Amino acid sequence: MIEIDDLSKVFHSRDGAEVFALEDVSLDVGNNEFLTIVGPSGCGKSTLLRLVSGLIQPTSGAVAIDGNIVTEPRQDTGIVFQMPVLLPWSTILDNVLFPLKMLGSDVSDGIAKAHYLLDMVGLGGFQEKYPRELSGGMQQRAAICRSLIHNPSVLLMDEPFGALDALTREEMALEVLRIWTDEPKTILFVTHSITEAVLLADRVVVMSPRPGRIAEIININLPRPRTFKIESHNEFQQSTQRIRELIFGNRDEKRIVS
Amino acid sequence: MLPIGVFVALLIAWEGVVQIFGIPVYLLPAPSVIWTDTTAIASTIGKHTLATLGTIIMGFLISFAISLPLAVFMTSSPLISSAIYPLLVLTQSIPKVALAPILVVMLGANELPRLVITFLVAFFPLVISIAVGLMAVPEELTELGRSFKASKFQELYRIRLPYAVPFIFSGLKVAIALAVVGAVVGEFVNADKGLGYMIITATAFFKVPVAFGALIILSVMGVVLFQIVVIIERVFFPWSAANKETTIA
Repeated sequence: MIEIDDLSKVFHSRDGAEVFALEDVSLDVGNNEFLTIVGPSGCGKSTLLRLVSGLIQPTSGAVAIDGNIVTEPRQDTGIVFQMPVLLPWSTILDNVLFPLKMLGSDVSDGIAKAHYLLDMVGLGGFQEKYPRELSGGMQQRAAICRSLIHNPSVLLMDEPFGALDALTREEMALEVLRIWTDEPKTILFVTHSITEAVLLADRVVVMSPRPGRIAEIININLPRPRTFKIESHNEFQQSTQRIRELIFGNRDEKRIVS
Repeated sequence: MLPIGVFVALLIAWEGVVQIFGIPVYLLPAPSVIWTDTTAIASTIGKHTLATLGTIIMGFLISFAISLPLAVFMTSSPLISSAIYPLLVLTQSIPKVALAPILVVMLGANELPRLVITFLVAFFPLVISIAVGLMAVPEELTELGRSFKASKFQELYRIRLPYAVPFIFSGLKVAIALAVVGAVVGEFVNADKGLGYMIITATAFFKVPVAFGALIILSVMGVVLFQIVVIIERVFFPWSAANKETTIA
């Protein structure tokens, strides 16, 4: 369970001006909840994720995971970035095992788990390949395996499919849902794609920019397991429509539709 | 095959021009004369070649041994970098050829000033390449390290240094070529052996073919040493060489 309490983050730009990346954000995320965060550029959604990860510290407010305030990166958190950032000198298997090496855990225990994860995302025969031999989508799959190798209970995904083509992207969304069903965990998933946000989530957090705030939290009560068929569902349509309104405003509706 | 053909054709043209126009040997010796005069003193040449080779390799290794920790130190903080970088640039603005005789006075007429000159000529591009490589690590990668509680040393050892390997090899390739220049400059100024010394003494006695022979050996040595660096990269860091090939292609 993640509690985000009155969180604010101020960055100082080079000329000394203060930039409010995030202002007074409060949010509770339940155990094994799939939460997506959607909003325009500059709404602080990545900043929120980085604060939860402990990579940066808030200006005020706090993040607590299972009742403990996050002051530094935690072992029970996994991160997936927009770019796969695999180590070019390591095989896919070694890349997936990288967190264990860093954490000083026993790598031999992780090998079975790594094989299991790679099989799960369809990279079964690619353990000994190097990252450059894989496509962008395959590299990102490997990066997802890497984020899961140390059994995190919280998975933070910062626009993980942002660099992928539209088709691969849809495929990957279902893949993440499958992983989440197989290995339930709390997922915070930042995205630019409204349909992706609704397809995946239990709840969608819609954020507004300058300063970054929560505009609205939308419950998605669509049945699971979900497939693309769900996009024709009434509630899916209503939810995406509502999010569009929140982000673009009603007045622009005509222009967006046309 | 084509470059070899062109090369052979040039040699024949060179030989022909010298023969036909009767160019004196002290102005431009024919390839055949260079060959006979140089091979006539093969054992002496061999001794000098080994001496120069020793200076080049030692100077090169010293450059690497100093550049690597220096680059790591420089990139450890912007403050240190801004403190050291101008000094490095200053060492580069000194003409090494002019510095050489001063170093001989300071350090004595032995191998030391030659190694120092070789080092001074070769180390700068190496430091810069390594520093650039260490800084080129994507932020996500260091964040990934931090998210797994990597210490500064682990970050350096497991992320930054491996990431810099292709950059290090770019630097090493430049450095090995410059080390040849540095060693010869050192031998010009002060030496009792080495190919640089040979060229100086041979020209003093108008033994131009021998000077040409030494020059050719130096060139071949430069190419071979360069290729050795390339091969070391291919054998021990195949991913580094392969990555570069794909980016170039």
